[in-house]
Order: sequence, then structure tokens, then C-alpha cells
Amino acid sequence: MDIPYTIEARPDTGVYNAKLGIWLFLASEVMLFGGLFSAYILLRVGAAPDDWPHGWLDVPLGAVNTVILALSAITTLLAWAACKVRQFGKFKFFHGCTILLGLSFLCIHLYEYHDEWTHYEIRLTNGQFADGHLLEQSKDFDLAKKTGTVTLDGRIVENHADLMDLRNPRVPPAKPRELTVAAADIQKMDNYSPRHNTFTAIYFTITGLHGLHVLAGTLVISYFWGTGSRLWRRDPERFTNRIEVSGLFWHFVDLVWIFLFPVLYLT
Amino acid sequence: MSELKTAEPPPALPRAADEPVNLNSYLRLCAVVFTIVLCTTGSMIYTSFLPHVGWPVKVTLILAIAVVNAFLVAGYLMHLLSEKKLIYTVLAFTVIFVIGLFALTIGATNDFPPGTATH
Repeated sequence: MDIPYTIEARPDTGVYNAKLGIWLFLASEVMLFGGLFSAYILLRVGAAPDDWPHGWLDVPLGAVNTVILALSAITTLLAWAACKVRQFGKFKFFHGCTILLGLSFLCIHLYEYHDEWTHYEIRLTNGQFADGHLLEQSKDFDLAKKTGTVTLDGRIVENHADLMDLRNPRVPPAKPRELTVAAADIQKMDNYSPRHNTFTAIYFTITGLHGLHVLAGTLVISYFWGTGSRLWRRDPERFTNRIEVSGLFWHFVDLVWIFLFPVLYLT
Repeated sequence: MSELKTAEPPPALPRAADEPVNLNSYLRLCAVVFTIVLCTTGSMIYTSFLPHVGWPVKVTLILAIAVVNAFLVAGYLMHLLSEKKLIYTVLAFTVIFVIGLFALTIGATNDFPPGTATH
């Protein structure tokens, strides 16, 4: 049985079925990410003054990821164009580049997640705050029993607001040093995980969902690059349309990041 | 012997794969788009570090640059500038729903139950 309109356009819609399908899917995705963006706006606008982090994320890493995704969007388009002109070798090259770029994006993102997961904020019993990356915990460290020590590569500040706005010109730039804190001096200690504050919660939610989209897109593109490319020998036009549809999804993922980067990293 | 009447063949349907494509012209287009994306990303970062500029102005400028960036990707890489009417219709409905979603959120920003303590 032949599936209709996999290659030729339907007379009533003007496009082949898969293309209409992916656009409807992308419309639902716009609503999904739109809901999260509006949640971000609500949280951001509703936050108390000096209670919303500023400058917490690594701008150079975010910028590199922006360039990587933009480049991968271009290689995806070129892979489709190579299919159109029947140059399968070039298709393989460009799609291979897309896979590598997608994986690079994910690796950089995982590095950022690791950086945040090992970053701790400690409220000390004397009212000060110790903040930095965890270097080591002593073997007998137990916060409940108040035994042992933790060592951070970080700094101590008097006001919690100094930890929130890292771009504030009034606050002197941080000079990290090795700090050893006894468990007995710790009132509260937690890492920059989603439960740390509202910002980290929405940051991990949105970027995590976006990262899953990148992973899914990379898997689909890898399939078309690998075993899925056998369709090229049987029906190159249908294969080309599949590449176009997967490319549209990939461009959408890039579009979401175009807004995520400035909203999370720059504003 | 009577002549058999045969049904007329259906008109040829437009085939998506029949649109002419020139790989070199796509390479040039991609080079231009990538260069502009690099410039816009750089200008977003520069704007975010501008001293003596208020936060609302910075956010407006940065988001305006992001919209330009998004237009390039959607218009040229996703071929939205030359898409079919049905796709535009789908997207128009999406835009309406997204605007409604954001309007609900913004409308709810100052909508507190009576007696709520605000900062």
C-alpha cells in the first residue's frame, strides 16, 4: 500500500502531508515553550528587588552554544539542498557536521550543569555567606551531626544581595580563594540545583526541555545519516522530504535557543 | 466495434522535490546568514554590558536583536518567506494563541487575592 502525498503536494493544502504535520507539531511546540517563557516573565517580574540573579551564567559558553546551533542549522539546510541536487556524499558530510555540532552543544550544556551542580551557597551561623565550587568534603562530614569540614573554591560575603547580582558595579569583583568551613559553622548548605531558588528552577526546566529537544533532533538526524539513509536508494525524493521535515524541527530548536540565550544569560 | 472511452489522466501534481535548487547559491545565503547571526549575537552581548543604560532599555534592545536573528532563521533557513498559505494560516493562529498566553500572564502579574502581602 502506498502512503499518499509523501512526495507530491496535496492539491487542497499545497504541501505534502509530512510538511503540514511538522508545522502543526511546531505550532504546538511554540505553545509549550511560550508557556514556559511566560512563566519566566511572571517569576522575573514578580521577584523582589535584589532577589533575582544577574550574571550567574557563563556568557562566553552561552555565546559559543549560540554559534554552534546557528552553524548546525546551516549544515542542516545544506544537507537538504545537497539531497535536492542529488549529491549524496555532500548530504552525508553536512548531516555528519550537524550531528557533531548537536553533540557539542549538549556537551557544553552538560558542562554548565555540572558547574552549577558543584557550586554551593553556605549560610554560616555568624550571618555571612560562603559561596563557591566544592573542592572536597572531609570523610566525616555530616551536616546533621555537625561533624567534619567542606572546602570550597570561592568567597565569603556579608550580604546575600552580593551573591545575586554579579554584574553590579558597586560590588567588587569576586576573588576566589580556598575556604574551609566546619560543619558546626554551617546553618544551611545547598548547591545551585533546581531547588536552590526560583531562577535555577526555571533555568533547569527550560534549558533541560530544550536540551531534550536537541538530543531528540540529534537522534533523528543520526538515524537519517545512518540506517535511515537506505531510503535514498529506493526513493530519493521521499528521503529528501524527510530531511526537510527533520531540518524544520532542528531550525525550531535553534529558534528557541535564539530567545533563551539573551533571556537567561544576558538580561 | 465501439471505441472505449478512457478517463482523462489527472493533472500533474506539483512535486515538492521538483523545485530547482542551486547548492552554491545556498552556500552564499548560508554564509551571509551566519555572518549576520555572529554580528547580532555579538551586539546582544555588547548591549547587555553597556554601562549607564537602564535595564528596560537593555532588555528591549536585546530582544529586538533576537527578533532580527529569529527572522533570519525562520525566513531564510526555514523558507518561511516563500511558504504556502496554509502554513501561514497555521502560524497566524499560533501567534494569536501565544499572544493570548502572554496577555494572561501579564494580566495576572498584579492580580492578587485580597489580603495578599506584596513587597
